[in-house]
Parts: sequence; structure tokens; C-alpha cells
Amino acid sequence: MIINSRFFNRSELIGFLTLALLLFVILPLSLDVFRLNLVAKYLTYAFVAIGLVMCWGYGGILSLGQGVFFGLGGYCMAMYLKLEASSVANTKIQSTPGIPDFMDWNQLTQLPFFWKPFHSLPITLAAIILVPAFFSFVIGAAMFKRRVGGVYFAIITQAIAAILTILIVGQQGYTGGINGITDLRTLHGWDIRTDHAKFILYFVEVILLFACIVAAQFIRLTKLGRILVAMREQEDRVRFSGYSVANFKIFAFCAAAVFAAIGGALFTLEVGFMSPSFVGIVPSIEMVIYTAVGGRLSIFGAVYGTLLVNFAKTALSESFPQLWLFGLGALFIGVVLAFPNGLAGIWQDYIQPRIDRLMAARKNPTFKLPDNSVANGAPAE
Amino acid sequence: MRIGHQPKNFLLAVEALTVSFDGFKAVNNLSLYVEENEIRVIIGPNGAGKTTVLDLICGKTKATSGSIQFRGKELTKLKENQIVQAGVGRKFQTPSVFEDLTVFENLEISYPRGRSVFGSLTFQRDKAVKERVEEVAEMIFLKDRLDTYADQLSHGQKQWLEIGMLLIQDPDLLMLDEPVAGMSVNERTKTAELLNRIIKDRSVLVIEHDMKFVEDIAHKVTVLHQGQILSEGSMDHVKTDPKVIEVYLGH
Repeated sequence: MIINSRFFNRSELIGFLTLALLLFVILPLSLDVFRLNLVAKYLTYAFVAIGLVMCWGYGGILSLGQGVFFGLGGYCMAMYLKLEASSVANTKIQSTPGIPDFMDWNQLTQLPFFWKPFHSLPITLAAIILVPAFFSFVIGAAMFKRRVGGVYFAIITQAIAAILTILIVGQQGYTGGINGITDLRTLHGWDIRTDHAKFILYFVEVILLFACIVAAQFIRLTKLGRILVAMREQEDRVRFSGYSVANFKIFAFCAAAVFAAIGGALFTLEVGFMSPSFVGIVPSIEMVIYTAVGGRLSIFGAVYGTLLVNFAKTALSESFPQLWLFGLGALFIGVVLAFPNGLAGIWQDYIQPRIDRLMAARKNPTFKLPDNSVANGAPAE
Repeated sequence: MRIGHQPKNFLLAVEALTVSFDGFKAVNNLSLYVEENEIRVIIGPNGAGKTTVLDLICGKTKATSGSIQFRGKELTKLKENQIVQAGVGRKFQTPSVFEDLTVFENLEISYPRGRSVFGSLTFQRDKAVKERVEEVAEMIFLKDRLDTYADQLSHGQKQWLEIGMLLIQDPDLLMLDEPVAGMSVNERTKTAELLNRIIKDRSVLVIEHDMKFVEDIAHKVTVLHQGQILSEGSMDHVKTDPKVIEVYLGH
């Protein structure tokens, strides 16, 4: 009688185990460290994609500014790593030793106040979560309490992504400008540039990714998850069932922002730098495309979509650098028109039924599955 | 602030309510009193402001001036969800149910518990919830369709589901906007039966065009015309009122 009584149903469990097998066993065994690090870089976007599944897929809130939160998480991590790399001993040739190199080039003589907390690792880790959560809360409260939604919200988030990029580029002395924060070396004394570190970081990332998947699945299965779906369809009915729609939207947006920020922080660790080119409009839209390709209603689909689009991007942009962006745009339009539920939708509609039929046929050769199309097409009464 | 002569047993007291859209007064200086356990039907020609009155009471539209007192609470100052929590339920004209959720989930969302963000994160589908949902599902003739997704339901069944969603909220004032519109004859009879059962122990405000239906259920009828009350009283009184006849039959 009761649906959703188990945490994962059978097909979700298979999806979970398949993904775990792929990320924990198959990829680490079959790829060299360079390629594995590339996968790790792609997977940082999967965090954003999972957040978008919740916020956009379930809640219907399209954010074209997830790069902002990816960037905030990434910059928080980069600031800590940069301060560690800028010890007095490392920077003694600067006119002001002990501050990051780009500050010295920009004639800054002391560390700005907002950099100071990032000397501490625990504060940094807290900031990676809290700073984006705070910003998304402020943006969400300002928009959703005033009933701004739909395309207007999407456009505003895009504008915020543009504003943050301009701010980072413009405030070179404080942020490292267009080059971003580079030359990162150690995390609490542990060199992150070695192959061994990259290998470990990959596994840390995959574990965190699975933690996020479980968290997203948990939210999806609570009543809150169902309210998000309800809100996407009939906002007024939810409101007149006694819920404050704005608060639920703020929650979904904040959760998506926090997921994105975790991805961003890991990106900094995996890739070794952070720059405004991961914050602006273009990366933000790409993140939406990953989710759309994977299937905006599927948490696992988002991970596969991210990996697939990024592999394609790497392969194609090497051979056809001019054409790649057109390809990406065409892919997005094609998916939205032909497969609105993305890869996950294709799986559910075409592949899963065949597997079920095969399994049933194998178990009992004489048994024929009832034809679903007849049952679904029947009038309701 | 209470106005001097107002008797205290009114559940809903609407006074001097006015709303204007760019100068057009959709509801003009309207006063309406609904008692406990009263069934009040609002009728009137198209554009008389019937739906707007319900919108104003439930907070969907903000009043330009006037007051709406519900159990001594001023509703014009509350948000929609607070008005619902105060005990006012509203059914819309077109069935608005959550089509991507099952009948069970639709009813469960309306169950009046865990309505905050964190309340809904920790909400448990316990025995009380299941029993209440099943009880209401039986009343709205959908007991054997609890696991059906709402988009598979017929128009009439969706209307019942929405009525069920209101029932589970257990409001003190139930507002229904054309509950039998678009229903088959058979569905209409069943709906009348359903409404007769659920209007016990609560006040109901109904907008309806079906005069047979109105006659069956109404305690008192209010006729609206151009945002103002044209006539008010029993069905018989209203039917013989020359002003009403003029508006309905034309000049």
C-alpha cells in the first residue's frame, strides 16, 4: 500500500550499487592517475547537478547561477590553501612577505580582514558550507518572499553570476583577479600535488558524493520532497494547504547551493586553483545542461549526465574547439525537445521495461508480462 | 477594534470590504456575516465578484479597504498559509490537485501537521495519518485508488480529491467555488451527497450556479451584483425579490 517505505526501491538500489561499483572500483582500476584526476574534476560538477535535481527537477526552481555557489565554495577552499602556500618563508622575496603573491603585486601591504579567518582549517571548512548557505538564503528570501519565480528568477540568478564574476575580476588585489587563486600546494601540511594525494582525494570526493546522493535521496523521500513536487505543479494549492511556499523554495535553493559549494571546494583541491571562469554565466548554464542531459528528475542520472557531457567536452573540444559550443547548445535543445527527462528518462521508458521483460521471461518462460501500454491508456473510470 | 453592535457569535464577519483593480471596484463596500454551522451560498451573474470575495477571504487577493474578521482574527493582515492555519479552507474552481503524486500523497500533504520546513523533514507517516487518509478517501469515493497517480483520475474524481484535501485540513470555514461544475449527472448526485455529509460541524461558503443544488443545501443565499449585495435571505425570499429577477432576466 505504502510507496516509498524503503529508502531505495529495487531499481534505485541497483542504480546506487552500479554507480558505486563504477566510481569505487572500475574507474580507479582502469584509469591512470591523470585520467582519474580528470574524472575527479568532472565529478565536482556532479555535486552541482545533484543540487539542481532537487532545486530544479523537484522544486521547479531553475537557477542559472549555480556557478556562484560552486565558486564561493571553491574560493573559500582556495583562500585557505593560498594562505598556507604564502608562508613568510615561501614569500620572502616579496616586498611584504607572508601575504599571497597577487596581493603583493597589487601593492597591498597587509592581509585584508576577510582573509584572516581562512588561516584556520576548521573555520574554512565551516565557511565552505555557511558562506554559500548564507548567500543563497539572502537571495532566496529576497526573491521568493516577493513571489519572484520562473524565468525572472532564472534571469536574476544569471545576473548575480555575472556580477560576482565582474567583482572578482575587478578586485584583483583581494581576489587574484581574472587569473584566480593559483599555485596552491598543501592542505594542512599535506602536499595535494602528488599522484598519491590525487588518488586519495578522488576517493574522498566519491565518498562525499555518495553522502550527498544519500542526503538528496533522504530529502526526496520525506514529506518535504513531496511538497517540492507539489509546489512545482500547483503552487497555490500548496499555499492554501497551509504551507509557506517561499520557505520551502528557500530551503531547496539553499540545499542546492551547499551541494554546489562542496563540489567547488573539491574542485579547488583536485585541480589546484580556482578562477572566475568557473563562476560566471557560461559554467552555470553548462551545469544546468549536465542535469538536463542526465535527467532532471534523477539523482543518479545527474551524475551520469555530468560525466558523459564532460567526457564529450574533453574529447570534442580537443578536435573541434570551434564547434564544441554549438554541439553543447544543440545537445541541450535536442534533449529538452526529444527527451525532457534525459538519460534517466530513456532508461526508464525504453531500457528498464525490456530488462524487466527479459528477467520475467527467464524466470518463467511461459509467463508473459501484461502489456503496460493498455493499462496506462485505459480511461480512469 | 470591534464595531459596537456586532454580535459575537459570527464566525466570519466581512465589513465594508472593497477591492479595486486599477479603479474598477470588483467588490464594493461589501458586508457579509456567516454564523457558526451555517451554509451560505453566493450566487450572481458573471463578473459579480463572487470568486473575488473568496479570494479576498483566503488572502489570494489583498483588500483595498475594509475588514475580514474570522473568530476575532483580522484575516486581511495574515498571509495565505496563516489564514489556512486559522481554519479557513478553500477549493478552487478548476480542480487543483498534485498530478505527479498519488491520491494518498495528495491527501497526506493536506494533513494538518508538519507544515514548517523542518516539520515536513521530520514528518512521519504514522498510524494516525494513514487512518485519517483512508477515512477521508472512503468519504470521497477514492478508497480503492489511494495508489493511483492523480493525473489518472477523471475530472469529477479530481474535484472530489480536492474536496478531500480540504476535509483532511478540518477547516472551520470551508469555501467551495462551483463544486459541481463540469460534472456528470451521476457525479453531481454523489457530490451533493458528499457535501451534505461534510458540511456538518462547520460553516460553508459556496459559489454555485446550479439552482437545484443551491436549493438543496443553502440555509441562506446572498446575491451579488457588480460587487455589491443585491439581496440576501432564504432561497424563497431571494427568488421572489424583484431586483434579483431584473438582474437575472435582464431589462
